[in-house]
Amino acid sequence: MTETTTFVPPKTFVPPTAFVPPTRFAVPGRIAVNTSTATTWQTATLTEIRRETAHAATFRFAVPAWEGHLPGQHLMLRLTAGDGYVAQRHYSIASSPDDTGHIELTLDHVDGGEVSGWFHTVARPGDSVDVRGPLSGFFAWPGDRPALLVGAGSGVVPLMSMLRHHRARGLDVPLRLLVSARSPEELIYAPEYGDETTAVFTRAAPDGVPVGRMTAAHMAPLLAEQPPGGWEAYICGSNGFAEHASRLLVEAGQPVDRIRIERFG
Amino acid sequence: MNVTRGFTGRPRVHNAGLPPGQYDAGDDWPVLSAEVTPDLAPADWTLRIDGLVAEPRTWDWEQAHALPASSYEGDIHCVTSWSKFGVRFGGVSLDTLLEAVRPDPAATHAVAYSHTGYTANLPLADLSGGRAWIVWEYDGRPLPAEHGGPARLIVPHLYFWKSTKWIAGIRILDHDEPGFWEQNGYHARGNPWEEQRYSGD
Repeated sequence: MTETTTFVPPKTFVPPTAFVPPTRFAVPGRIAVNTSTATTWQTATLTEIRRETAHAATFRFAVPAWEGHLPGQHLMLRLTAGDGYVAQRHYSIASSPDDTGHIELTLDHVDGGEVSGWFHTVARPGDSVDVRGPLSGFFAWPGDRPALLVGAGSGVVPLMSMLRHHRARGLDVPLRLLVSARSPEELIYAPEYGDETTAVFTRAAPDGVPVGRMTAAHMAPLLAEQPPGGWEAYICGSNGFAEHASRLLVEAGQPVDRIRIERFG
Repeated sequence: MNVTRGFTGRPRVHNAGLPPGQYDAGDDWPVLSAEVTPDLAPADWTLRIDGLVAEPRTWDWEQAHALPASSYEGDIHCVTSWSKFGVRFGGVSLDTLLEAVRPDPAATHAVAYSHTGYTANLPLADLSGGRAWIVWEYDGRPLPAEHGGPARLIVPHLYFWKSTKWIAGIRILDHDEPGFWEQNGYHARGNPWEEQRYSGD
């Protein structure tokens, strides 16, 4: 039997076409997550604790090998007890990406919360915890599109990372923040807000400011001043708040597929 | 292991049903979806199974309810680290639906997709053999919209992001195709007992 040599052209690699369902939300993540940083636990050393409100404080960590994050991303944090028991929680990152080698988290003191309880009653500078991340490319804003940010309570944390990034880089892409808090005393990061921010108070407000939950009237002016290309909306808060705010935004005309939501229960 | 100074954790009893790194959410059932909750009436809900099957099919609400009822009672586990014990869902076994469409022998995987456009990939083996359901009842009542009602997929032996809310369809494939969160860094399979949270775990 003779063997003939036939030239076989190399197979061109054709990437599979992803299945896209016939629906509206199919928003692919824009941001690739680095799987090696997402799966490697790193030691984060607490360097500073700043009180924000009676219930919330910011915890600043040195994480020398942190490869950076995008505003809006979160991480997984792990505490380990002496008997080997571990508690893991997801937390949004509050600091801007340019704070090299450091990250800040702002944590509410949750009633009976085993992790937030440790942070608020035991933690002090010099302590170390384990973190891995950043995680998720969905609720992330690289600063490339007009951003309409809507948050309540500690839901403002990932949005603050976006606002800080916008300021630190001097970005001129439009950004607006609508933030809800029970009272001025409970408004996290109050001294940092500027003209881009509207605060809504649900229980007590300064003189002359109405008290009540977020309404269509808060959304209307923001959607009236829609920038070219429209807003990319980011909502973060409790599930009840996220449901309420997302309905208001949709009713005000914001496209459903341009609303990203981060809920915490 | 890096022991955290002064951390003891909350008082706990050993619970064999709790996968590593999870905590018992008790009566809470956190809502974790990245999109706006759709306003989807049962009359507008449909479920399609197609792709590598002998007979693609679409069921509407009444047709799905006419199928033999099946329920799941057990635990569910979310990648964000809560688990919930003893939940009760009612609906139809996915085996019943797969029998009707007859997947091709070459089929290995599936993409489940929601009426909102969310996707999740699953090995076909995780959807068959009494391990997956389409459900419309929770604890004997209609499944709430924020938890995926009128109907969702549940695959309780995997992290719950695989249990697509507002299920619209399942496409059967002969290859694996990362879904929404899998493209965003989460694990392709998501077995809670192996702590398969992120790609590379």
